[in-house]
Amino acid sequence: MIAQTLLAAAEEHGAETTQNIILPEPYDLLWSIVIFTIIVVVFVKKILPTLQKVLDERAELIQGGIEKAEKAQAEAAAALEEYTAQLTEARAEAARIREDARVEAAQILAEARRRAGTDSERIVETAQRQIEAERHQAVVSLRSEVGSLATELASRIVGESLADDARQQRVIDSFLDDLESTVKAKG
Amino acid sequence: MGNLLAAVVSAEAADSGESKSYIQQMFSSDGFHAPSIAEFFPPAIFGDGTIYEFNRIMLIRVIAAVALITIFWIVAARAKVVPGRFQGAIEFMLDFVKDQIVEPVMGHEGKRFLPFLTTLFLAIVFFNITGVIPFLNIASTSLIGLPLFMAFWVYLLYLGQGVKKHGLGGYLKNSLFPPGVPKPIYILLTPIEFLQVFILRPATLALRLAANMIAGHLLLVLCFAATQYFFFAAAGAMKAMSAVTFAAGFGFVLFEIFVALLQAYVFTMLSAVYLNMALEEEH
Repeated sequence: MIAQTLLAAAEEHGAETTQNIILPEPYDLLWSIVIFTIIVVVFVKKILPTLQKVLDERAELIQGGIEKAEKAQAEAAAALEEYTAQLTEARAEAARIREDARVEAAQILAEARRRAGTDSERIVETAQRQIEAERHQAVVSLRSEVGSLATELASRIVGESLADDARQQRVIDSFLDDLESTVKAKG
Repeated sequence: MGNLLAAVVSAEAADSGESKSYIQQMFSSDGFHAPSIAEFFPPAIFGDGTIYEFNRIMLIRVIAAVALITIFWIVAARAKVVPGRFQGAIEFMLDFVKDQIVEPVMGHEGKRFLPFLTTLFLAIVFFNITGVIPFLNIASTSLIGLPLFMAFWVYLLYLGQGVKKHGLGGYLKNSLFPPGVPKPIYILLTPIEFLQVFILRPATLALRLAANMIAGHLLLVLCFAATQYFFFAAAGAMKAMSAVTFAAGFGFVLFEIFVALLQAYVFTMLSAVYLNMALEEEH
C-alpha cells in the first residue's frame, strides 16, 4: 500500500520533472551542500583538532617517558662507571698502603734489632767494665786489708812478731797468690 | 525538530491511506512490489517542488550527520590521554585513515589533508551505513547529490592544490602533457588526460559511490519485498521460498555493511590519490 502510494506519488512527481538518478535534483544538492559542509566545518575546526591535541599529548607523554628512562639509564651507567673507577682506585690505594706498611714495618724491625744489638753490646761492655773496676778495687783493698789482718792474726798465732818488712811482704804475697789461685780454681 | 516529526507522521498518515494501519500492512501482502527508481524520490515532507524540498532521504542525512557529529563531539570533549574502549575504537578509525590511506598514498605531505580526508571517510561511512539501519533503510549517499558534492569538493581541492603548487600553466602542462612520451602521442593522450582530470575523476567518484548504494538498496528491498510476498501471500511450497529470500536478505545486509565501509575506503583512497597526482612534480 505504501509502495503503491509511493509509486503513484513518484509517477506524479516524475511527470513534472524527469527523474534521473545520475542528475541531482536541486533540493538534493542544496541539502547535501548544507549537511556535508556543516560536517566538514565542525570536524576540521573543532572535533579533529581536539582529538589531535589529546593524541599529541599522549605521544609527548610517551616520548617524555622514554627520554626520562633513557636519561636515568645513562645516569645509572655513568654512576656505575664512576663507582667502579673509584673502587679500583681504592683497591690500588689500599694495596699501596699495605705495601708501604710492610716495608716500614720491616724497616722499623731492622732498626729496632740493630738498636737493640748495639744497646745490649754497650750494656754488656759497661757492666763488664764496672765489674772489672769493682773487682780491681776489691782486689786492691783486700790486698792491703787482708795483708795486715792476716799478718796480725799470724803473728798472734805464732807468737812472734814479724817485724821484718821484707819477710813480711814476701809471706803476704805468697799467701795472696795462693788465695788467688784457689779463687780461680773455684770460679 | 518537533515540527519535523509532525511532518513525518502526517506524511506517513497521508501515504498509508485509510483502510489498513501501518502494523496491519507490515504483516500482510497485497501482491509483489518490485523495487523501482521511485524509492529514491520519496514524497516531500515540506517544501514540495521548491529547492528547499525536504524528504525522507534528506531527513536520514540529517540524522546521520547529527549522529556523526554528536558521537565524535562527545568523544572529543571527553578524550583522555589514556583512552577508554570507546575512545579507542574512535581512534582506531582515525588511525585507519591516517595509516592505511593518507600515509601510504601521500606520505608526509598528506598530513595537511588528513583532517579533510578523515572527515570525508567518516561522513561517507555514516551516510552509507544508514542503508542497513532499521527504520532508516536507505543510504544517504544513494541520492546522487551528496556523492556529487563530495566529489566536487575533492575536485576543487585537487585542482586548487595543483594550481597553487605548479601555477596554472605548470599544472595544466603536468597533467595534460605527461613527460616521457613521443610528441605525436600527445594528440591521443592529451584529450584522454583532459577527460580524466577534469571530468572522469570527479564523475566516477560520485557515480561509483551512488551506484553502489542504489544497487545495494534495490537488492535489499528486492529480498525483503520477496520475503514479505512469499510469506504472507504465496501458498504452499512457495511459502518456503520466503526462507530463501530472507536468508539472502540477511546475507545482503552483511554484504551492504561491508560495501558501505569499502566504498568509503575507496572514495577516500582515490581522493588521496588524485590529490597526490596533482601535487606530484612529474607523472
